[in-house]
Amino acid sequence: MKREQIESIAHLARLELKEAEVCAYQESLTKILDFVGELERANTQGVAPMAHPLAGLTQRLRPDNVTESDQHERYQVNAPRVEAGLYLVPKVIE
Amino acid sequence: MSLHRRSLAQLATGLRKKEFSSVELTRALIDRIEQAQPGLNAFITVTGVSALAEAAAADRELQAGRGGPLTGLPLAHKDIFCTEGVRTSCGSRMLDNFVAPYDATVVTKLKAAGTVMLGKTNMDEFAMGSSNETSYYGPVKNPWNPGLVPGGSSGGSAAAVAARLVPAATATDTGGSIRQPAALCGITGLKPTYGRVSRYGMIAFASSLDQGGVLTGSAHDAALLLGVIAGFDPRDSTSVEREVPDYVAALERPVRGLKIGLVKEFFEKGLEAETERRIRDALAHFTRLGATLTEVSLPNLALSVPAYYVVAPAECSSNLARFDGVRFGYRCREPRDLTDLYCRSRGEGFGAEVKRRIMTGTYVLSAGYYDAYYLKAQQVRRLITDDFARAFAQVDVLMGPTTPTPAFALGAKTSDPITMYLNDIYTIGANLAGLPALSIPCGFVEELPVGLQLIGPHFGEEVLLGAAHAYQRETDWHTRVPVTYE
Repeated sequence: MKREQIESIAHLARLELKEAEVCAYQESLTKILDFVGELERANTQGVAPMAHPLAGLTQRLRPDNVTESDQHERYQVNAPRVEAGLYLVPKVIE
Repeated sequence: MSLHRRSLAQLATGLRKKEFSSVELTRALIDRIEQAQPGLNAFITVTGVSALAEAAAADRELQAGRGGPLTGLPLAHKDIFCTEGVRTSCGSRMLDNFVAPYDATVVTKLKAAGTVMLGKTNMDEFAMGSSNETSYYGPVKNPWNPGLVPGGSSGGSAAAVAARLVPAATATDTGGSIRQPAALCGITGLKPTYGRVSRYGMIAFASSLDQGGVLTGSAHDAALLLGVIAGFDPRDSTSVEREVPDYVAALERPVRGLKIGLVKEFFEKGLEAETERRIRDALAHFTRLGATLTEVSLPNLALSVPAYYVVAPAECSSNLARFDGVRFGYRCREPRDLTDLYCRSRGEGFGAEVKRRIMTGTYVLSAGYYDAYYLKAQQVRRLITDDFARAFAQVDVLMGPTTPTPAFALGAKTSDPITMYLNDIYTIGANLAGLPALSIPCGFVEELPVGLQLIGPHFGEEVLLGAAHAYQRETDWHTRVPVTYE
């Protein structure tokens, strides 16, 4: 893994990394990718990818009814900054 | 027998016979938790005040002749389960200030059954780790030897049960996080079938692998709790609509005629010789009880760890995207703009291992690499699952070691992630295939417990519990307690 790759992944993942972390992840991600590279050995021709462990389980749908009440005040107790029921973030549009 | 040495089943009997009250029991255990905390660090939050109130309410129920089999029994929850009004940190700085506004379904069910919550247990950050060393709150120590790890990620729950601070605790297992700490701490740990126990309110790590379960002193206690926490939940879209059997009744299943599969690959390189001896002794015990042993093969097992370290980080990178510093959790100081707010909140709020997995997951899902890594891993996942299916066409249950060695030293594997990841070589397969699995203590190597793993077919919890109970009826490994905590 090149340094630029680590920086680009970190940006995609919205993670700010310190200088020492960039170096550490360069090393450990290289090792991890080598390790998972073993998967190449497997003959998977014609094998259907498995996204879920239980065969035949389908995604359930529910009727489109309102089942939850408005409890935003309760949930916003955990928010770092709130004003008038709105989450506050730095200005996005000048 | 002193209160803390009793099993859930024994405590339930004592409460009904009025030998002691739930308040007395709760007080005694809270004292033990507080005494043990500086040495073990098994808890993140102790809820002494609310526990005594819950115990008093349970005593009133019992006094009135009401209540169920679990009324008044104390336990602890892994800090990954949301608990209304109680800080739910998931072992992370990111959620250090998060007070859950609702209960996880597992918590709701155990509350409704009358149990008393003594606190929230320490864990690897976001359940990512096999040694409990990635917790923001510091590592948990192994009660058998404080220089060693208790295993992870449910290390706090395991240490608390092993030191008899609580008779039982909830836990979760994504790649071995119930069974591996159960093995290293000498207790019983049950990971149910994927979909058997609701994941609602259980903070997500890898949604196609995560499953809630229990850590207890015996298979009997695991059966008691599983009967309460299992079952369909409309709030979990992968919860399975299937009747919950009587797991306590299943304990009496005879072992005679049970077909045990010995996984050939479990006994190849990597398994420490003395650990192997304890496992083989336990298997011999099962044959004396009338079971038969057949060798089976899981030819793709070696690929389970690589497949897992693509699938789990991929799902983690997606699940952990919700921690953005906006709606809840940690926010950095004085963000310059929105991107800076996201990047620094996440960079500062997550620990090293969590960031490593988010980075790995982001990479394997990124354009140009998806097919080579993620799709390939999903195909290998099917090969591994098919291997298990072929094995279960021949046998009723698979047995082998839970871990390659007993507990290792704190710090021994932190420098190289691959070494740490390989500790889960025997446990990860069951998660990839969604199978139920259980670890029970089966002896000691140099005064450290060894775990025997039992893996069953989908919804085969009754087979596992029956076999484990038969073994525990004739052995006393599961009743051993570290000298310091006798």
